[in-house]
Amino acid sequence: MGRKKKCALQVIMEDVGMEIDGQVESDSESEEDEEGEKATRKQHSKEAIKSSGHERKKQNKNGEEAELEEKAEAPRQKRTTKKKSHKMNDSDGESEAGEAASRKKKREKKASGKDQKEAENKEKQTNKNRKEQDKKQKKNPAESSSSSSASNSSDEESLSEEELMRLKEQVEEKKKLISTMRNKPWRMVKKLALLREAQAFVEQFEGALGKGKGKKFYTYKMMMAKKWVKFKRDFDNFKTQCIPWEMKIKEVESHFGSSVASYFIFLRWMYGVNLVLFGLIFGLVIIPEILMGIPYGSIPRKTVPRAEQATAMDFSVLWDFEGYIKYSALFYGYYNNQRTIGWLKYRLPMAYFMVGVSVFGYSLMVVIRSMARNANENTGDGDDNNFTFSWKMFTSWDYLIGNPETADNKFASITTSFKESIVDEQESNKDENIHLRRFLRVLANVLIICCLCGSGYLIYFVVKRSQTFSKMQNIGWYERNEVEIVMSLLGMFCPPLFETIAALEEYHPRIGLKWQLGRIFALFLGNLYTFLLALMDDVNEKLTEEVVIKNITHWTLLSYYNSSAMNDSAVIPPPIDPADMPRGPCWETTVGIEFVRLTVSDILVTYVTILVGDFMRACFVRFVNYCWCWDLEAGFPSYAEFDISGNVLGLIFNQGMIWMGSFYAPGLVGINVLRLLTSMYFQCWAVMSSNVPHERVFKASKSNNFYMGLLLLILFLSLLPVAYTIMSLPPSFDCGPFSGKKRMYDVIQETIKQDFPLFIAKIFSYVANPGLIIPAVLLMVLAIYYLNAVAEAYQHANTELKKKMQMQRDEEKNKRNNKAMTSSAMQDLDHSLDPSAKSVSQPKPAEEQIRLYQKKQPCRERSKKQQPHQLWERRNACTTTTLCDDNTTTKA
Amino acid sequence: MILKSMEQGRWLPDPPLCLNLIVAAFHISIFSLPVKIRGKSNGTRIRIQKQKWAINKPFSLQSSWMRIRLFYRYRDLAPQLVPLSYINKPDVKLPYELIGSMAELKDNPFRQRIAEVFSEDGEGNMTLDDFLDMFSVLSEMAPRDLKAYYAFKIYDFNNDDYICKSDLEKTVNKLTRNELTPEEVSLVCDKVIDEADQDNDGKLSVEDFQHMIVRAPDFLSTFHIRI
Repeated sequence: MGRKKKCALQVIMEDVGMEIDGQVESDSESEEDEEGEKATRKQHSKEAIKSSGHERKKQNKNGEEAELEEKAEAPRQKRTTKKKSHKMNDSDGESEAGEAASRKKKREKKASGKDQKEAENKEKQTNKNRKEQDKKQKKNPAESSSSSSASNSSDEESLSEEELMRLKEQVEEKKKLISTMRNKPWRMVKKLALLREAQAFVEQFEGALGKGKGKKFYTYKMMMAKKWVKFKRDFDNFKTQCIPWEMKIKEVESHFGSSVASYFIFLRWMYGVNLVLFGLIFGLVIIPEILMGIPYGSIPRKTVPRAEQATAMDFSVLWDFEGYIKYSALFYGYYNNQRTIGWLKYRLPMAYFMVGVSVFGYSLMVVIRSMARNANENTGDGDDNNFTFSWKMFTSWDYLIGNPETADNKFASITTSFKESIVDEQESNKDENIHLRRFLRVLANVLIICCLCGSGYLIYFVVKRSQTFSKMQNIGWYERNEVEIVMSLLGMFCPPLFETIAALEEYHPRIGLKWQLGRIFALFLGNLYTFLLALMDDVNEKLTEEVVIKNITHWTLLSYYNSSAMNDSAVIPPPIDPADMPRGPCWETTVGIEFVRLTVSDILVTYVTILVGDFMRACFVRFVNYCWCWDLEAGFPSYAEFDISGNVLGLIFNQGMIWMGSFYAPGLVGINVLRLLTSMYFQCWAVMSSNVPHERVFKASKSNNFYMGLLLLILFLSLLPVAYTIMSLPPSFDCGPFSGKKRMYDVIQETIKQDFPLFIAKIFSYVANPGLIIPAVLLMVLAIYYLNAVAEAYQHANTELKKKMQMQRDEEKNKRNNKAMTSSAMQDLDHSLDPSAKSVSQPKPAEEQIRLYQKKQPCRERSKKQQPHQLWERRNACTTTTLCDDNTTTKA
Repeated sequence: MILKSMEQGRWLPDPPLCLNLIVAAFHISIFSLPVKIRGKSNGTRIRIQKQKWAINKPFSLQSSWMRIRLFYRYRDLAPQLVPLSYINKPDVKLPYELIGSMAELKDNPFRQRIAEVFSEDGEGNMTLDDFLDMFSVLSEMAPRDLKAYYAFKIYDFNNDDYICKSDLEKTVNKLTRNELTPEEVSLVCDKVIDEADQDNDGKLSVEDFQHMIVRAPDFLSTFHIRI
């Protein structure tokens, strides 16, 4: 027995030697990092020992198993079944001799492999965490091994508990190797060889350890998990491919930088929001009305009045959204106040009201959610901005690019981003005459406030004038559209004026952009609210007019029926033709038309500005340049830059208009969707064809939360007038879904009363009680306050931590600098004291230190800017060391 | 070497058998998992194992199917040079010109460095194993540390195990196609060293590089090649 063991061992050792030699031979070709190689070689030799160990064992086993081993890559499915049979063999087939031999082998290996293991540990520094995990895991099986061995003992009595544990440990080790193999920068040859061996080992011995319950389910689960991950990845890829205009925006981004791209991304986002709004309004209001409502011409509100019928189809009339368009489902007035329509019993007035509310609800939710997400992202990567340049350098190239055109774009965008960062960096290092700049900034602000006041007054003036115009009979096109024209002109000329004024201030472009945005915002807001006030005046006039007309209508009807009844009581009089009925002014439709007109004129002005201001100018500059006195491209007109602030604000205000108008003109959202769609293509084209990148390229601020903030503000501001009109103005008596009610929101009370059980109405009345609402509002305010406080506290803690980290880093740097400094001082001293003795007293290390110092010089210069006390410290350190140095030199 | 599996399974990777082979490889990729996690009897152990496997996905450089596809990609680069059967372990190397002209690499400014780093001779001439190595590191599945290690090697142009200023300058110039002025380039390089150099020796060691790169948000998403 003993001899046999020895024999086996010898054979194994020989095998191992051969293996190692072979490995050495193969390795000697690649000598890139010798150290790592060595370690891995050791690792490999260990592996070899083990593998050869069980190769020997294998020979003891039956032929089936050997064959199995040969087919290392054979389909595994068969093997599971084979393995079971093998397990049976394992328990009785493994002879005691082989058993004992293997046991001894392992012990031997353990002893000899200990130092090897240590070397391996060093080599695996990168995987340390993983290792620790594994160790923990190792412990766990050890704990559980008693139970498992207990269960195994019935199966495999021949294996002792200790043996089992050891085996288990080894299997764990192998498994660890398998799982960490991917992390090792080895060559493929070695990886594969090691993997084969480890896998073979694990396969062989895991079978001996385990029992088959729950295994299948577990493997199935693992497989599904893997597939699920893959599916998710594919789905994500698919989703990113589905994002519209991604390539267009990337292209723009690569040429114009991220700030211009941020506008287009914002435009795209806006388009998405508007699509949802469009779906809501069209799906729940307009289409049901068209499909199931009473058809056109059946009742007065759905018919063009007799007086207008002759011109109702003229283009000039349609262009003003009068005539047939006014009496269509696009406007509020068309809808009937029937409670239910069609065979579906669709409650249209209710739907109309709820959609109007939910348009605002959805918009608010979306805006706030995206703001929150942006804020999250901001904190997510905002704390590590001390690696901007490094990340740009090492991670900006996308290795996935396999298309020359994309590569060109990428090169362009990387260059741009580098320039952006350089500008940022230089900006932070600049300091100039601060008093002059302050003066200029104050001056600029004064000028801009003057502009704002002027434009506000102009609009007020024009609106007043238009009210007098509206009372006159024969007015021309200009008088009718004066307000819109003046507003558009102001919107066109004020932003460039602001920009020229802002040039005085010399802000960083990013901050300048924000100021610019704020100013234009104020301008537009002033204009919008002046317009709204004028509109409110109009509405109030209409309301008084309405009362009169209501009486007239009532009287007309009464007299008509009375007269007919008097004339011929037997015959039921033919109903009045709907076209002949006297109409109220229907202020809701008027408001809707105003907003639609404003939107359309805004669209036109935007497009014409782009066409003339950008494209024509670019054409002129490009082609007239051949025969002109001076260089047009470099000189005065040159090409236009893309005006980010103006465009963003135009978009935001447009959206505000949509929100305000959509309640009274449901079709407005459709127009807006079209507008956004076309402007995406049109502006992309215009930017690429006729604009030049900003002279000072800059990056968009990290998130476009600023845009979002403006949008939220506009949303709130546009919610106010709509809410006011809904809550406090009576709806027209003869048009719209709420006609005949005192207030528009009565439709909800009506529904609750008629369609819901009684107790719900009761609950509703309780909830609507101010005694409940006021505490609820208070509670919300308190909650907001509390959350705000918590957030602030967190932020404070965050900044503290950051400061601490920065300080630590600086300290470390300073320490190093100190060292360098002292050595240099020592060197200087040395030099002055004994120039000839230098080479004798400090032969080599001194030179090294010099070199070190020379390298560190830039760092030291940098740190000189830092706090004076650090400098002082350093000087102290210098003096002490020089003193010491003095002593040593004198001794020498 | 890669097709050792095929030898052992006695499959001849002949074109007529290609379909068969792919089907078989598919089976392997599916059923390779059950084998690895076979033999867990105890309930607790299974749970532990599950966590482990969930964290570290089971070893696969690429799936076998991927490997076979890669082999055909490699062979397509030079059908006259690369034999179909690797049973005899032929010593075939493809020159850099062929490797660098692959669609996946030809627009990459670092293609030469990539080829040099992964080739065994350091010249960019690749054997099949090198080729597989390259795409296993650049695959999506490769772990971050490994990627960071090789990224470091790629950006270390002069092979001195440190990224020094000249390496950085080369990188910037390659990234921007020499469109930055020398002052700007040197400013950028100084900034990079200033940011990432933890031990103040004026150049980036592997540790510095890894410390910096593992925090980068889009390193993993950009440092891979889909083939």
